[in-house]
Amino acid sequence: MIQNIAWAIPFFPLIGFMAIYLLRTKMPAKLAGGIASLMVFLPFLASIALFFGVDKSATVTLFDWISVGSINVPFSFYIDPLSITMMLIVTGVGFLIHVYSIGYMGHDENANTFFSYLNLFIFFMLMLVMGSNYVILFIGWEGVGLCSYLLIGFWHKNTEYNNAARKAFVMNRIGDLGFLLGIILIFFTFGTATFTDVFAKASILGSGNEVITLITLLLLVGAVGKSAQIPLFTWLPDAMAGPTPVSALIHAATMVTAGIYLIARSSIMYSLAPFTLDVIVVVGLATAVFGATVGIFQNDIKKVLAYSTVSQLGYMFFALGLGAFSSAMFHVTTHAFFKALLFLGAGSVIHALGGEQDIRKMGGLRKAIPTTYAVFLIGTIAIAGIPPLAGFFSKDAILAAAFEHSKVLWGIGVATAFITCFYMFRLLFLTFAGEFRGTTEQKHHLHESPKVMTIPLVILAILSAVGGFLNIPAIFGGTEAFTSYLKPSLGGQTFEPSHVEHNVELITMFVPVLVLAAIVFIAYKVFVAGKRIPADDRTERSGIVRIIYNKYFIDESYSFLFVKPYELLSGKVLSWIDTKLVDGAVNGIGTLMLRCGATIRKVQTGSVSLYLFLIVGGLIAMVAYLWFI
Amino acid sequence: MLLAPIKGNKRMSLIFYILATLAVVSALGVVFARNPINSVLLLISTFLTIAGQYILLNAQFLAVVHIIVYMGAIMVLFVFVIMLLNLNKDKEPYKKLLSKVAAVISSGILLLVLLASVAKVSLATPAATLSPNMGLVKNIGLVLFRDYLFPFETASILFLGAMVGAVVLGKREPKKA
Amino acid sequence: MEKIISVIQVVPIEHYIVLSLILFCIGIMGVLFRKNAIVILMSVELMLNSINLLLAAFSAYHADPSGQIFVFFIMVVAAAEVAVGLSILVTMKRNNDSVDIDLLNRLKG
Repeated sequence: MIQNIAWAIPFFPLIGFMAIYLLRTKMPAKLAGGIASLMVFLPFLASIALFFGVDKSATVTLFDWISVGSINVPFSFYIDPLSITMMLIVTGVGFLIHVYSIGYMGHDENANTFFSYLNLFIFFMLMLVMGSNYVILFIGWEGVGLCSYLLIGFWHKNTEYNNAARKAFVMNRIGDLGFLLGIILIFFTFGTATFTDVFAKASILGSGNEVITLITLLLLVGAVGKSAQIPLFTWLPDAMAGPTPVSALIHAATMVTAGIYLIARSSIMYSLAPFTLDVIVVVGLATAVFGATVGIFQNDIKKVLAYSTVSQLGYMFFALGLGAFSSAMFHVTTHAFFKALLFLGAGSVIHALGGEQDIRKMGGLRKAIPTTYAVFLIGTIAIAGIPPLAGFFSKDAILAAAFEHSKVLWGIGVATAFITCFYMFRLLFLTFAGEFRGTTEQKHHLHESPKVMTIPLVILAILSAVGGFLNIPAIFGGTEAFTSYLKPSLGGQTFEPSHVEHNVELITMFVPVLVLAAIVFIAYKVFVAGKRIPADDRTERSGIVRIIYNKYFIDESYSFLFVKPYELLSGKVLSWIDTKLVDGAVNGIGTLMLRCGATIRKVQTGSVSLYLFLIVGGLIAMVAYLWFI
Repeated sequence: MLLAPIKGNKRMSLIFYILATLAVVSALGVVFARNPINSVLLLISTFLTIAGQYILLNAQFLAVVHIIVYMGAIMVLFVFVIMLLNLNKDKEPYKKLLSKVAAVISSGILLLVLLASVAKVSLATPAATLSPNMGLVKNIGLVLFRDYLFPFETASILFLGAMVGAVVLGKREPKKA
Repeated sequence: MEKIISVIQVVPIEHYIVLSLILFCIGIMGVLFRKNAIVILMSVELMLNSINLLLAAFSAYHADPSGQIFVFFIMVVAAAEVAVGLSILVTMKRNNDSVDIDLLNRLKG
């Protein structure tokens, strides 16, 4: 019975969106922010109620939506551990970000529109994670893509931001095409799209089946687009054009994890397609390495965090490919905490400096904005994977699965973790330590953020610190609560942590930690004691550094391979077809009608004699016809 | 059947043919006369022959009414208007030759088509019982006021409408000061 | 009277039909042939009369007085039509100073 409140959960943010948007010129920003936050907090409470109330799983059907022939797609929600976990993350972290936005965007002239878009996003994201079939998931999928576009290009008067928003949307669309083909294939093969039915029928088909491999590959294409994996990831760094709360909510905590949710949800099908799992391993690991290496040389606070997100998403995909679905979901949870924290902290820094985002112009902020420094430090330690903070536990779960699979993969994963630690501490030191390198005007302007921004930061810091204890591995005597909670939902889970020998496991856990500590020390030496500041944009860089600094020239190669030919095609060929053929045909019909009219009009000469003749002629014809036919 | 031999009383049928010929000749005269007054007079003669046909057909009352209404009222109206408009031979407009030829040809074709359609029809024999009093006033009146009362009354309303219309149309525009 | 009655048994109905048709077509020819509006109206009267004749002939043929009643109504209509038509004609003469129907060509397409 408790599951009947599930229908209300997406309902609240939808109401929030409509109310705030329709009344956006009539209410002050703080009120709009308050309503928006409330509309996310209520679903959070409802999710907690469902967490305690629902045993195993439940389906709540709202109405029969599509019922054509043998295809039946009901509009219903599926409440099970996986969806409740995602709901809690989305509403919980979302609520904190809403509250933060009241302070961050409160002075913006379009703040009310911003809050309405945020609520709309929460609505679609909840639809995505609560849907009981692939079609509702797809609705939410498309909806969050739309909100991402709206929010990235929020300051729409700037052309560059618009281009970034469009880039995000188009790349998402490319992924969505694969996703849609996958859904169609699912309908074709199984005759239904509801999760429980599909997975039951898929198990019958057995492992290695070509159809299932194809379906999983197509769904993977969708996930690659949404979760910014190679090759559809270039939109994520550009998406930093949006306001910082947007980056925190959409591009760190929730939307980009939709791809991982999709694959985790379909874990049964993926466990039946080993080929796809291998593809996912390669893609995920490559993305993780890629994001980490590029992050070393970035100089914009948000871009560093963006590439860090790309890298961490690669880790999650890596885990999925290894069959450790629960580890991936655990990393999603902890990553939501500390990445949102890092982004919001960065927003706090930007707010304090009045809009500056280049870390070469920062420094020495430790004393000026202590709260922000403290939480940012906690976030950095968490993401680096240093115990006992959350990142350690979640990354370790992934690396343990990698170790069991292949030592080489484990080695690459650990190396990437080292690089992550390095560039994150580089970011921390360059921003907060040393001497202040900005203008004197900014120095006078420096102030700590208001409580409405710092309190969510503190809450997220606490979660980043203790979040790891949700899933204490057996080796430490823990119960692995998170994994066992999710077990019923992730039928395809193949990785069991207890397979690895204890001593080996302890070594693989703690030796990297020692290396991490060494790396922190090195970073400190280079950037704080050595006072090395990254070079100016105009400096010539050589060799490998130049390639990595320019992000491996991926944007440029995409532009050359895809964008320019397409622009040429549409500009020359398609526009010719449009103006000459299509417009010509349509206008031609109009001209034809006019000419016909002009010709037929000549019958009306106005001469009465002619009319009389025609009358008689018609009479003759009529009599002849009637009589002789 | 058109060429069926004429039985019985030859003199009666001869009257019919004489009247018919007169009617056709007068009608042709109506069309071809130059002076409109001549047309009017020839039309009157046509009507007279038709009145004679009515009498032959045992429709005596109809014949008298025909003479009164048509020749007494309608033709008088025509003559009044012609005189009012002061039309005579000089002001008469003429059509082009081509149009006249076309007119004759088209009406000729119509005649042919209609005759052809008649030729195909086989008509029933005439009714055996013929009442000699059928066309008298009393009998006509009985039928008119018993079976066709409503159309009769409606016809009077039609007349009223026509009168009003004629008066309205005939008014001169008030001269602007 | 008896003599008169026998006419209809002597002259076949087809002859009446042919006569009526000839008068009708002459009337049509008159409408097409002449430009004078008054003569056209007179030709229309001629057409109506030919129909009257036909109706009366059939009435005698079937011994049904309804035919003659219908002739009355046609006469009524003809009279009304002439009255209105002539008043239109008078107006036309006032505006165009001629009864030529080819001058009424302002409704050109």
